[in-house]
Amino acid sequence: MDFQKVRNEVGNYVFILPAVVLFFIFSLYPFFKVFQLSVTDWNGINPQMNYVGLANFKDLLTDNPVFWLSMRNALNITVLALTLQNLLALFLAFLCDRDIRGGNIYRVIFYLPPVLSGIVVGLIWNWIYDGNYGLLNHFLEFIGLGDLTRAWLADANTALLAVAVIHMWKGFGWGFVILLAGLQSIPRELYEAARVDGANSWVVFKKITCPLMIPVFILVSILTILGTMQIFDIIISTTGGGPGYHTEVPITRILQTMIGASKFGYACAMGVVFGFVLLAISMVQIRVSKMMRQV
Amino acid sequence: MNNTFKKIFIKSFVLLFFLAGCVGQSGRNAETVTIWHWMSDRDDAFNELAKRYTEETGVNVKFDLYAPSEIYSQRVKGAIQTNTLPDIFGVLGENQDFASFIQSGYVADLTEALNAPMDGATWKEAFFEKALAVNEFKEGNPHGVKPGIYGLPLDVSTIRMIYNKNLYAKAGLDPNAPPKTWEEFMEHSRILKAKGLPGFVSGFGEIWMLDALASNWAMNLMGPEKVFATYEGKVPYTDRDWIKIFALFKEMADEGVLVDGTVTMVNKAAEQTFANERATYAFNGSWCVNVYKGMNPDLDYAAFLPPLISKARPMKIWGGAGSSFVIHEASPRKEAAIAFLKWLTSDAQQVYLAESTLNLPANKNAVKEISPILSQFAGNMDHVVHPNVYPVHEKPEVREAFDKGIQSILIGEKTPEELAAEVQKVKGKALKR
Repeated sequence: MDFQKVRNEVGNYVFILPAVVLFFIFSLYPFFKVFQLSVTDWNGINPQMNYVGLANFKDLLTDNPVFWLSMRNALNITVLALTLQNLLALFLAFLCDRDIRGGNIYRVIFYLPPVLSGIVVGLIWNWIYDGNYGLLNHFLEFIGLGDLTRAWLADANTALLAVAVIHMWKGFGWGFVILLAGLQSIPRELYEAARVDGANSWVVFKKITCPLMIPVFILVSILTILGTMQIFDIIISTTGGGPGYHTEVPITRILQTMIGASKFGYACAMGVVFGFVLLAISMVQIRVSKMMRQV
Repeated sequence: MNNTFKKIFIKSFVLLFFLAGCVGQSGRNAETVTIWHWMSDRDDAFNELAKRYTEETGVNVKFDLYAPSEIYSQRVKGAIQTNTLPDIFGVLGENQDFASFIQSGYVADLTEALNAPMDGATWKEAFFEKALAVNEFKEGNPHGVKPGIYGLPLDVSTIRMIYNKNLYAKAGLDPNAPPKTWEEFMEHSRILKAKGLPGFVSGFGEIWMLDALASNWAMNLMGPEKVFATYEGKVPYTDRDWIKIFALFKEMADEGVLVDGTVTMVNKAAEQTFANERATYAFNGSWCVNVYKGMNPDLDYAAFLPPLISKARPMKIWGGAGSSFVIHEASPRKEAAIAFLKWLTSDAQQVYLAESTLNLPANKNAVKEISPILSQFAGNMDHVVHPNVYPVHEKPEVREAFDKGIQSILIGEKTPEELAAEVQKVKGKALKR
């Protein structure tokens, strides 16, 4: 056995050892710990935890309508974010991709909302949506639509939409930056060649931009889904999940179960199920995207 | 840098990196009593008192603030797992959580220290009985905790109705005569509305406030025995008295008594609304005196008991220890921690805390110098109850369905009867477990 060779091989692994150890401690261990806790009735305080088998999962899947309602709420916000938010991001990315005056300023402005704290954004929008003295109601009255004024976050018909608008306002900047980077990576020669061949803007978009942007669209949509389904801070700082359960989302349910009801085991089961739902959605989306690429 | 030095440096760095995370209690200054709290409004006062204590005794005391309270609760629960609880901390949450802390051996029994003679009396005698009761587990308590007193109150809170005297006068109502009964409350509210003046606000987005108001009215209408019988499952929520309680909220919603947006408003926003005279009534705790002073020092308001639903029984309100500290059972500085808490809850320090934070002191002797508005919050202490001292407690999932359901009534989505049936369904499921 060549000792020097073994030493070199081991030496190589030593370099990645700290990263592997950190990955095990901070990623893998918590991941498996959640699975372990999800089959217990642990209350988060007492060192003793009893094994309850799949009882938490059974209850969650068959007798917890509020959790599934919260999932539906998150899905509704996600659908809005996937469409309206990303269309806005794409539109603005197109505009900024051209040589317009002050383009860099627009880029900074569009990127500002995502870097703000969700809690701060929620508090600002609380002020905009306020039923009595809110900016939105003031504006509606100003343009003669006073009949539409309401407490936007406290109205069952508008609360979820109002929260979704905040989320989209805060989130479109991420999509904008990624889509703009994607647009700028498309070789200009392709556009020039298409123009020489007489292609109009729509044909250029359909035949060049869209196909080349598919990997970027996939990335943006996956990030949108994962980010939106896990929406939390905006809900906490605006509606707290109310009125009733109209703006409850999975993370607020998990937190309420964990902290409010001291059911850590059950909350972990909720986390596991939620994780699988996210995984399933992402896999479906990747499959659909692959099919689109083949078309 | 030669190779040997490089190797020693890298190895030391790696070793220190991994050991740093393993530093537990042994890593702390052995002479310093550490206290964790969540009370950002009292942090300056606590630090000033810590400084004074060190000057007087030579013992270092360090207050660590973790706010808001949700973050604090997570911090404490995390510290349990890593065995890094401080010498003194507070337990937030339900009574059953407090019981779990005690049964798991994280909280010291202070009964002996409280009953020990001190300056001709006992330490226990300095406190309001109601404030101490929140931290006491009696014989036969539902959690099976060994009887004893496990925490020390720092201040007393009561939750009451408040009204704006200025807006009352504007409406042509007597600014010194708040409503005593539900009928009067609704009548006054109609007058306010007719004059274009705002109505009632509270932080109903924080559902425990709905719980507090609803349970005040329930205790008044049906008495504690029937309320507790409901918690035990002997009386259903579909009972007509419970439906009547739910109907009160419907009446408020139907008559437009509530300020728009109240149903999802957090208490801080509700306090801002009342302080800016955008509401005539509020339902809030005695801590609001400090909050309103900061927001609008000229606000002219007074406190009163929630309007009576039934004259057959007195109005019971939530109150007792506003915030309490416990001592870590395994703390190596347990005696020093007890000595500090004795000092912190003694007359002089309690007067300082009451003056600087405008909270009601837990020490009876410190109440003499408080402001008139605080005196109103301190009145009728005989009528004060606290969920922690109830002989039986409602399940969290039932309470959530109850409170969220009231939100649904307030937005006109459910009727009192529908809510009663829904809560009873959740109750039935909870009883089967």
